[in-house]
Amino acid sequence: MNQALIDLGEYVAAALPEDVSDPRVALDELAVWTEPGSVIKVLTFLRDDQNCQFKELVDLTAVDYPGREKRFEVVYNLLSLKHNQRIRVKLAADEQTQVPSVTTIFSSALWYEREVWDMYGLFFSDHPDLRRILTDYGFEGHPLRKDFPLTGYVEVRYDEDSKRVVYEPVKLAQEFRSFDFTSPWEGMLHLPGDEKAQEADEGDEA
Amino acid sequence: MAEAQIKPLTLNFGPQHPAAHGVLRLVLEMDGEVIERADPHIGLLHRGTEKLIEYKTYLQAVPYFDRLDYTAPMVQVHPFLLAIEKLMGIAVPKRAQYIRVLYSEITRLMNHLLNVTAFAIDVGAMTPLLWGFEQREKLLEFYERASGARMHTAYFRPGGVHQDLPAGLLEDIGRFCESFPKVIDDIETLLTDNRIFRQRTVDIGVVGAEEAFDLGFSGPMLRASGVAWDLRRAQSYECYDELDFQIPVGKNGDCFDRYMVRMAEMRQSVKIIEQCIERMPEGPVQVPNHKVTPPKRGEMKRSMEALIQHFKLYTEGFHVPPGETYTAIEAPKGEIGVYLVSDGTNRPYRCKIRTPAFVHLSAMDRLCRGHMLADSVAIMGALDVVFGEVDR
Repeated sequence: MNQALIDLGEYVAAALPEDVSDPRVALDELAVWTEPGSVIKVLTFLRDDQNCQFKELVDLTAVDYPGREKRFEVVYNLLSLKHNQRIRVKLAADEQTQVPSVTTIFSSALWYEREVWDMYGLFFSDHPDLRRILTDYGFEGHPLRKDFPLTGYVEVRYDEDSKRVVYEPVKLAQEFRSFDFTSPWEGMLHLPGDEKAQEADEGDEA
Repeated sequence: MAEAQIKPLTLNFGPQHPAAHGVLRLVLEMDGEVIERADPHIGLLHRGTEKLIEYKTYLQAVPYFDRLDYTAPMVQVHPFLLAIEKLMGIAVPKRAQYIRVLYSEITRLMNHLLNVTAFAIDVGAMTPLLWGFEQREKLLEFYERASGARMHTAYFRPGGVHQDLPAGLLEDIGRFCESFPKVIDDIETLLTDNRIFRQRTVDIGVVGAEEAFDLGFSGPMLRASGVAWDLRRAQSYECYDELDFQIPVGKNGDCFDRYMVRMAEMRQSVKIIEQCIERMPEGPVQVPNHKVTPPKRGEMKRSMEALIQHFKLYTEGFHVPPGETYTAIEAPKGEIGVYLVSDGTNRPYRCKIRTPAFVHLSAMDRLCRGHMLADSVAIMGALDVVFGEVDR
């Protein structure tokens, strides 16, 4: 299984040298990188090529890395029923990037792209119907971004006077608690007081 | 006379409608009684599961999965656990694997019993629901005896299952397996050759194999279109490769075939359960690695290390090595997958849950076009959607 995936990654990279880069097999799963401009070409190739036949777009999602220059990673998970293989196609994008919609290749992308737009605010060009999907009507913001707070910004309640549901800013009865359970001997790379040792070292050298 | 342009009638179906199987608002554009466009508005049950999981330790995230598809709770947790175990390189003991498979199949029976009989009520048959629920109640009892809860069990845990099966449970499940096929026969006599049932389901919502790929179908929906694809066989997990079962497929890809596939799958599930009972090995049900599973209560009374391990497991949790994986299993409704990204801490960095019902519901527009209003209910029933997992 593993060798077949390595071969497949090399095959795809060789067939589309300008569009596909860095094929890598980790944990028995193949992932390749592409660019927003080439995604239609790559996915069409993967779907139609005899040795690939990735006819199902199983999943399309995004991951947010606020520290990166291009903060979003768009991930396409494809499945080939013919060859019983999976491939993951990834591309980097930021808020301004217009990722071409793949709805013309896979109809199942229709709602996935709407979901990514809703959750991350990542725009897909040429999507026939790019509306919000999971959040409330009139919702503002993109909840799965890492800078969106877990509690959100607004809460709803039924107002007896106006006889309707009203939106209000979130009032927390108790401060939001985020515990740091990391053990000093496992997760912490710098113990409190380390900076003193550093200073002392520098002092010695000087 | 000048030709008059008639604007299509827009009909609002739901969000509170017994045939909507939960909270679905379906906006239908109608030409007389024929559907021209169906636009499902989902998200009324959106709870932000994926966001919440990012703020929980891996162990705390487990019960959220039970709440996705509340008609088939246990299998939802399964891909998440397999993803964790894959990233950590843990091999689950044989007995735990068999228990997981046993309960996955019990869950499949529960799901199909609810779906098939609720589908029958959607198209006009009342009795199957009553008969089905009687059996479903027994299955819920098996849930309760193993885990203590009827629905949100959190029984499958990273590294195995929460606790071993109580004495006598396997014998009772075995007795259930003897009597249950008779009930499937009874339900089939009411539905399969029933004229009304056939008129409401045959040639409704037809999807061919190529179209099913394009729409991202999986599970019984794909098999009804004639594709023999089952992750239990194709990308086997746990001990499914040691078990003998068949994959039923349909021919026409209509609502009737979807019903037939589910009925046949129930018979196969009974077969798998019987094999699991017969072959159930002895041994531990959790990996002995106490970074992932809690130590024994008795050990904690004597050993200080065990006490510390217990405390650390339930506060800090365990750390998963950095990496990413897409792990999928065959849930009763189709392929449920988890795209898990770990950054090496005790919390998932990203956990995308790919649910089958979300994909199947997105095909609603394609399936409904050109059908009558009443057919939309039949199509929806055969899609097998539960809003807990559509909206997440």
